[in-house]
Amino acid sequence: MTGIAALGTGGWILSEPFMQNAFMAGTAVALLAGLVGHFVVLRGQVFAGDALSHVAYTGALAALAAGLDLRLGLFTATIGIGFALGLFGGRGASDDVVIGTTFAWILGLGVFFLSIYTTRSSTSDSTANVKVLFGSILGISSAAAQSEAWTAAGLILVLLAIARPLLFASLDAAGAAARGIPVRFLGPFFLALLGATAATASQLVGALLVFGLLAAPPAAARKLTDRPWTGFWLSGALAVAAVWAGLALAYWVPTLPSSFTITSAASLEYATAATASWILARNARIPASPDLSNPEATQGAGETAGSRHQ
Amino acid sequence: MTNEPAVRFRGAAAAVGGRTVWAGVDFTVDAGQFVAVLGPNGAGKSTLLKAILGLLPVSSGTITVFDRKPGQDRSRIGYLPQRHAFGSSVRIRGTDIVRLGLDGERWGTPLPGWLRGSKGREATARVRETIRLVGAEGYANRPIGQCSGGEQQRLLIAQALVRRPELLVLDEPLDSLDVTNQRSVSALIQSVCRSKGVTVLMVAHDVNPILPYLDQVVYLGHGSAITGTPEQVITPEALTALYNTPVDVLRDRAGRLVVIGQPDAPPEHPHGPQVHA
Repeated sequence: MTGIAALGTGGWILSEPFMQNAFMAGTAVALLAGLVGHFVVLRGQVFAGDALSHVAYTGALAALAAGLDLRLGLFTATIGIGFALGLFGGRGASDDVVIGTTFAWILGLGVFFLSIYTTRSSTSDSTANVKVLFGSILGISSAAAQSEAWTAAGLILVLLAIARPLLFASLDAAGAAARGIPVRFLGPFFLALLGATAATASQLVGALLVFGLLAAPPAAARKLTDRPWTGFWLSGALAVAAVWAGLALAYWVPTLPSSFTITSAASLEYATAATASWILARNARIPASPDLSNPEATQGAGETAGSRHQ
Repeated sequence: MTNEPAVRFRGAAAAVGGRTVWAGVDFTVDAGQFVAVLGPNGAGKSTLLKAILGLLPVSSGTITVFDRKPGQDRSRIGYLPQRHAFGSSVRIRGTDIVRLGLDGERWGTPLPGWLRGSKGREATARVRETIRLVGAEGYANRPIGQCSGGEQQRLLIAQALVRRPELLVLDEPLDSLDVTNQRSVSALIQSVCRSKGVTVLMVAHDVNPILPYLDQVVYLGHGSAITGTPEQVITPEALTALYNTPVDVLRDRAGRLVVIGQPDAPPEHPHGPQVHA
């Protein structure tokens, strides 16, 4: 966020108040999504995260239908269902079926709430559905931008507090449990945090496109580094870069919607990283093949094999 | 190294889901010993390790680890869980896996290396030294998903050893390794036990790769356990008494032991000779 202040003094894009709001909220939310996304990808919970963004849609519309603050519905639904998913759904690919069936229904429920909202309420905002689905980062007020930024900052702090044990538990649950890490609690807690992240981010880029920020930057980072903490921060940085690039593009080419430019930037990052890592791996494989064909032989050649990766 | 026993079971019993897995288990592991926990599938070998780690309370009797209740002094125990192979998509370096063994349970997020100062350098040096101890220098900087089964196992042993534990608890570390790697990983564990004075308690499916190294065997079966040296325990008499049904122990020309007639053992039980073809 200090980066924003520095940009704000000289950047001409930021002379527009709506761009200032978009950059402030967008940066904080992108950093949150990128950092949380690192663990989502690492834990193989991309599908669960996608499902939670559907919950965000339904939660938001349920609140609107009930005449409540949209954010109340968003956070209650995503945090509650995220935690429940972690408690009862296990983790990894085994619960794909559970997630798939439950969350298709939840999205249907969202449509149900939408119909209640549009038919019953005379004051209904006809664009609400589109806003919830696709976000409105360029349309948020200064107050909303500040509350977004503070929420995101709070959630980032929560993630930073649990990051190292979470890495251990994600890679080796049994080993982590033996070291006193509350593994059974961390899983549901992380999914609740992911739910809160989806809720926060969906207000900017929309429930359908949250995943552009949650999956693409960490997936790109993972292609570029095999160091977990470098990947963690790189993922956050790539998400922020995607939002900045997307906002700038949407500003200069007003016909392009910001959600499109942001998700495009994130996908472009992933495509670039994947291509780069593929080329690097192909180039590295040629001299490395004598080692790889006989893994035991590398023990003797430890110095050369080690130095190649430095 | 202290003289207190590393692990002591006194009339210990454990129950999982209301069912008693074993009861009346008595044995003492002295510091520096290499001990195997044997028995057929479902005999409660992993349960025994969980009890030692303090993850499962005993239903009666007592267990002490370095004269304290299990789970009270985790820093003195290194634990290698039952093997879960890292898939080829796991792009985390072996070094980072080992590093988690040092401080992975601490809350927070590690600072970047250049901010960590002398403590950080010390930790890095410790990790490197442990990787050298297990002979994993050659592949420690490769993503662990791209390492072979034996390489992954060495790195995980390094993770369990990086805090210089006095007791190393291993759950089937040789499982799903090929014969060459079984032999070299057993030799590695033996050398850690002897040269560093680390007490080793190891669950094994098949006793043969570690048979020459063992000081003591805890043989679980029939809801109880017998303990002693391998020569005392892996005999027809002792196992027949344990199971209350005739059990034979054969020794092949290479000196490998084969237990026959052990109840509740599935057909592919690794004590069968076909595994060692």
